Amino acid sequence: MAAKKPNKEKVVLNDYESVIIFTPVLSDEQLKDAVAKYRNMITENGGELVHEENWGLTKLAYAIEKKTTGFYHIYEYKAPADFVAKFELAFRRDERIMRFLTTSLDRHAVHYNTRKRNGEFNQNKKEKQQEGK
Amino acid sequence: MSKSKNQSPAMIFNTTPETPLKKKYCRFKKNGIKYIDYKDANFLLKFVNEQGKILPRRITGTSLKYQRKVSNAVKRARHLAILPFVTDGLK
Repeated sequence: MAAKKPNKEKVVLNDYESVIIFTPVLSDEQLKDAVAKYRNMITENGGELVHEENWGLTKLAYAIEKKTTGFYHIYEYKAPADFVAKFELAFRRDERIMRFLTTSLDRHAVHYNTRKRNGEFNQNKKEKQQEGK
Repeated sequence: MSKSKNQSPAMIFNTTPETPLKKKYCRFKKNGIKYIDYKDANFLLKFVNEQGKILPRRITGTSLKYQRKVSNAVKRARHLAILPFVTDGLK
């Protein structure tokens, strides 16, 4: 009775989001290299990058490794489930990374992120600012 | 005892304010917010006190379903140094 699953070998891609804090001692070039390295890692392992965001040098709420600032970088991507472990192992081995967090995104989160990207939030605020100008 | 006959007990002890309190509501249910972004520090600040502690449901009025999400989001933000673990004078 049990129907065989079609496309058994087809890889299911889940939605994930990784926030990484790079150490502030990196130069612009080093930061670019590091960011590109992980971007390539996503695509090489059968994932696809959905969105990428860089906050630049940001002040931390508390000191990490005796540093009060850090480069925040956010990857939003689709990847097979076993990829996250590999990805995080690479983070742990990398001395340029002070802190990271990977979260799986549910459909509400994906919806929220797409809306945020399209600038649908805080429209009232923007209008007010424009009026003020 | 004879004095209190005309007054309600609440009047004597002055426990109820003169204007009735506004009923609390869950802002997530009311506004249809389904996802709480842990990267949005300004939004999460509404759910912590000056010391950076998470406010209880009885104060914010958040429903249990969304209080769990709020607390998860705050904890994620703390891990990423977006919010502090302990502090004074956050607001």
